[in-house]
Amino acid sequence: MTNTTDPSGDVRLTGIAKTYGSFTAVHPLDLTVPQGSFFALLGASGCGKTTTLRMIAGLEEPSAGTVFLGDQDVTALPPYKRPVNTVFQSYALFPHLDIFENVAFGLRRRGLKSVKKQVEEMLELVQLGEQARKKPHQLSGGQQQRVAVARALINHPKVLLLDEPLGALDLKLRRQMQLELKRIQTEVGITFIHVTHDQEEAMTMADTVAVMNGGRVEQLGTPADLYENPRTTFVANFLGTSNFIEAEVDSKSGEDIVLKAGGGKLVLPEARCSAPTSTGGKVLVGVRPEKISLTHADDAGEIPEGRNRITGRIADSSFIGVSTQYVVDSPVCPDFEVYAQNIDRDPRLVPGAEVVLHWNPAHTFGLDAAQDADAGVEEAA
Amino acid sequence: MSTLTEAPPPLAPGAPESKPPKRRGRFTPYWLLLPGILWLVVFFALPMIYQASTSVQTGSLETGYKVTWHFATYWDALSAYWPQFVRSVLYAGTATILCLLLGYPLAYLIAFRAGRWRNLIMILVIAPFFTSFLIRTLAWKTILADGGPLVGALNSLHVLDVTSWLGLTAGDRVLATPLAVICGLTYNFLPFMILPLYTSLERIDGRLHEAAGDLYARPWTTFRKVTFPLSMPGVVSGTLLTFIPATGDYVNADLLGSTDTRMVGNVIQTQFLRVLDYPTAAALSFILMAAILLMVTFYIRRSGTEDLV
Repeated sequence: MTNTTDPSGDVRLTGIAKTYGSFTAVHPLDLTVPQGSFFALLGASGCGKTTTLRMIAGLEEPSAGTVFLGDQDVTALPPYKRPVNTVFQSYALFPHLDIFENVAFGLRRRGLKSVKKQVEEMLELVQLGEQARKKPHQLSGGQQQRVAVARALINHPKVLLLDEPLGALDLKLRRQMQLELKRIQTEVGITFIHVTHDQEEAMTMADTVAVMNGGRVEQLGTPADLYENPRTTFVANFLGTSNFIEAEVDSKSGEDIVLKAGGGKLVLPEARCSAPTSTGGKVLVGVRPEKISLTHADDAGEIPEGRNRITGRIADSSFIGVSTQYVVDSPVCPDFEVYAQNIDRDPRLVPGAEVVLHWNPAHTFGLDAAQDADAGVEEAA
Repeated sequence: MSTLTEAPPPLAPGAPESKPPKRRGRFTPYWLLLPGILWLVVFFALPMIYQASTSVQTGSLETGYKVTWHFATYWDALSAYWPQFVRSVLYAGTATILCLLLGYPLAYLIAFRAGRWRNLIMILVIAPFFTSFLIRTLAWKTILADGGPLVGALNSLHVLDVTSWLGLTAGDRVLATPLAVICGLTYNFLPFMILPLYTSLERIDGRLHEAAGDLYARPWTTFRKVTFPLSMPGVVSGTLLTFIPATGDYVNADLLGSTDTRMVGNVIQTQFLRVLDYPTAAALSFILMAAILLMVTFYIRRSGTEDLV
């Protein structure tokens, strides 16, 4: 990273909003993306993430609010006057120009005469030096994608905007390009804002992820933070899988909250609860499937003290190599998902077996019970 | 499976198919080509050969014409009628440029800006085809009539002073001048310009405009560097569809022009139908064809459209 303290590459959105007639694509939104960061806008289609990106690029006029790049208010500037460049979905390479001219396009428009050296260096960076005189349609999808990145990066934009840049690639190539883009970003130190609907992609690449839903940012944070401490059921379900148990606040002990759920007790660190915690209040207790251990009911005595535990019966199990995924029918939650690493497989854990599910209370999170526990499940699928 | 060894039956559409798919696939393209090829042979190739032979015949109506390989007819025709050739190319060229200047903005509007009016405007572009070419050209005769409102307006705006200085009109007349013929050609061939232009503009991905804008191109630069080059196939086919028939046209020069505006089409028509000098008419036709072919080849080479999608 070149200069992370220089604020000129910060992107600041204040009260930015977009409405089309009576439809609100983006609700008033405040967002700051610091210089040099790899920022992802994550959400299902129609959540407003692309509209937000296009407002930064100047391709969409905000209905309200201001876009700042560093200290400069660029809200009223047309795209060709903004120091940002975009990598478009499906690339939008100019079909009548060869790769060299595609990459040189921005430099030439700014009146640079000798572009050869810069273009060649940029093509080297994306490993396309050999293809300079080919037309875009002669390249593979992954190569076209790299041309699109090179064409944008060569202008040294303050911010690079990426609109689902990997959406058209197959899975293997996408993984490879994720690492490639991350490498390029680290190398050039430019702020990247990346729009994607692929949660894995966002988590792999970005330093900071903003999860958007219905034109609003649901939660913003590092990938690990979003995964471990989701604040809404949408985030909990959109990023990975979550199990939810409806519970009632019983009492507090130290830094923990004790909850009643279906006759049993669960412990939840207060710091990890985003719901009001007055006694008698409803809380959705969440836990990720891979945090849970599964023990046969006969061995329930061997479970150490101080772990959250619930009982159930295995409804289904599927062996997928590195792990086995169980669906457990429990009185407090009908389809409890558990991912168990295949280290020591207990042959008794077959559908129909009575089991105890237990986990470290520190891995529990609490959400407001007023929301739909299934929010985001469909979108993530 | 005795059918396997049978020869494929002649064209029998609707007959139950019992041949293996491979064999059927091999001959289908030829069967499908057959009607078109027959049509071309009867109505294009044979008349061409007939005309070619006519062009090298000598004789008269009374004594009959014989093939004498008299190629001098070509030279005689060209030296007698070269002014009409030049005029045809000039008129058709001017009309083509006017069509491009008028048609491009309209095609652009329909392709990118018309929104829900798109279909309506398209219908308006095609609507003139619902009446006859002749009727429409005759209507122009009324529009451009001496002392008519249009001519009066042009006269009082001193437009006619300019055009007559350019040699396009004479005095306060528009009818029977080169301007009238060029206007008629422009009007009649405008849709043939607009339709291919629209087709190629409409195919341009709107994101390319956004990408150009994102890469610091102002709207006019975007047009020059992206939109126009990508619309070149439409420009080329539009200009060809206008220029080729306009060069050979005689109706506009006949109805809107005078003896001073005769185009090569008029000469050919007269030679064939009034003078009955068939060899000269046929030679003129071939010279016209060769000239157009030459110009078009040169034009396509220069515009480099083979490269475009």
